[in-house]
Amino acid sequence: MLDADFFRRWMTATAASVDREAERLTALDSPIGDADHGSNLQRGFAAVTATVEKEAPGTPGGVLTLAGRQLISTVGGASGPLYGTLLRRTGKALGDDAEVSEEQLAQALRAGVEAVMALGGAAPGDKTMIDALVPAVDALSDGFGPARAAAEQGARATTPLQARKGRASYLGERSIGHQDPGATSAALLVAGLAEAAGE
Amino acid sequence: MRMLINVPETVVADALRGMAAAHPELTVDVENRVIVRRDAPVAGKVALVSGGGSGHEPLHGGFVGPGMLAAACPGEVFTSPVPDQMVRAAAAVDSGAGVLFVVKNYTGDVLNFDMAAELAEDEGIRIAKVLVDDDVAVTDSLYTAGRRGTGATLFVEKIAGAAAEEGQPLERVEAIARQVNESSRSFGVALSACTTPAKGSPTFDLPPGELELGIGIHGEPGRERRPMMTSGEIADVAVHAVLEDLEPRNPVLVLVNGMGATPLLELYGFNAEVQRVLAARGVAVARTLVGNYVTSLDMAGASVTLCQIDEELLRLWDAPVRTPGLRWGM
Repeated sequence: MLDADFFRRWMTATAASVDREAERLTALDSPIGDADHGSNLQRGFAAVTATVEKEAPGTPGGVLTLAGRQLISTVGGASGPLYGTLLRRTGKALGDDAEVSEEQLAQALRAGVEAVMALGGAAPGDKTMIDALVPAVDALSDGFGPARAAAEQGARATTPLQARKGRASYLGERSIGHQDPGATSAALLVAGLAEAAGE
Repeated sequence: MRMLINVPETVVADALRGMAAAHPELTVDVENRVIVRRDAPVAGKVALVSGGGSGHEPLHGGFVGPGMLAAACPGEVFTSPVPDQMVRAAAAVDSGAGVLFVVKNYTGDVLNFDMAAELAEDEGIRIAKVLVDDDVAVTDSLYTAGRRGTGATLFVEKIAGAAAEEGQPLERVEAIARQVNESSRSFGVALSACTTPAKGSPTFDLPPGELELGIGIHGEPGRERRPMMTSGEIADVAVHAVLEDLEPRNPVLVLVNGMGATPLLELYGFNAEVQRVLAARGVAVARTLVGNYVTSLDMAGASVTLCQIDEELLRLWDAPVRTPGLRWGM
């Protein structure tokens, strides 16, 4: 079973990897976006770890809804509402339980990803974070490690796609040949989950 | 990198402190990033609130004042503001007559303003929204994020702002804003990339002797790269792209907008070519505005925006306005 502490570790691990990879995310965002994805997420996840440590919510759902709200309030751009909605809706789906099973987490995360797809109007293949999140959720029933691998594979697979959502879509065919920064950061979030589980 | 800044992290806050010092007629909340006209809320009047990433100055903070915006929310550089800012702004300017959000069609702006509208309505503030999407360089379809909002934002904010200043009700101000957007189209050209403080190097590599056609206002490259052209050739491409989509029967407002690093000498010269092309196409010009209004940091280049107007829109365009970035008649 997974408790609030596990979810705090998830957020902390994600914040650390976003911090480490900020320059790479920004570099990926440069040819097809506006070169700020790394710094925006860095600011948001730093605020998330500070808040979940300080307010120390006692339930998994509490940690994620608070983290989501914090991302919406600090990140801006499209990433703020999209990542914020992902965590908030996943947190809400987990409810008030003090501990949740891996199966519950997998279901809640699926609800979160569906909320992101509804909000942003993106489907798999549009060259967005969805391309990493959907395969990760599908693989989660096999464990955290396979979910991480699926997310990373999904992010890499965005390279040959033409963007149909977000700022990269304004480039039309010129967006082809670049890995999507949103899918890449989404893979970091999933990797943080595996890290929190010690995998 | 050579930029007149302290550190990238404080660029927006530093600019707001300087803006506050230069414009005592505005209330600038540096901590919460909201710029409000000093006399807000104005009793009985609809308030316009806009916002978006920083780096487009004078858009939007420079358009706060009588006759235009009641408040603006600057985000990080090229990043939309967060909903908390819009809610705070709406609460500061709402007189009970309602608030119109003017939103540029970029995914981040749309999502954050949508969330803000929900939160503000929970607080009992009537909210209407208008989406600006005037950029013809982007083909609009169900499978894209749609056209970008660029130069027409100025037309929408000025004309709807004048309607609000006259005391017209929220539904009417919203309808006018929508009409202005639907009557406006833009096309932009970059002669250089821009440099964001966070990245510290140009957002794309544009070799000397080449230019980007169909750019937005966030340093993203355009749709196509071509060998450098003359001002007249660029005007031909830009105006024809706009007129392919907008076939005005009425006179038009013309905005020849600099992207930030192109001097007025060049912009006026470019405007001469734009007027030549319009005249050749038989398009009558009612008013022309030339300058750096919807910028993209230090990008060199220009955009052309046309807005087909009727008598009422022209009257509202000519109405007095008093903001840091646009001022006439008062």
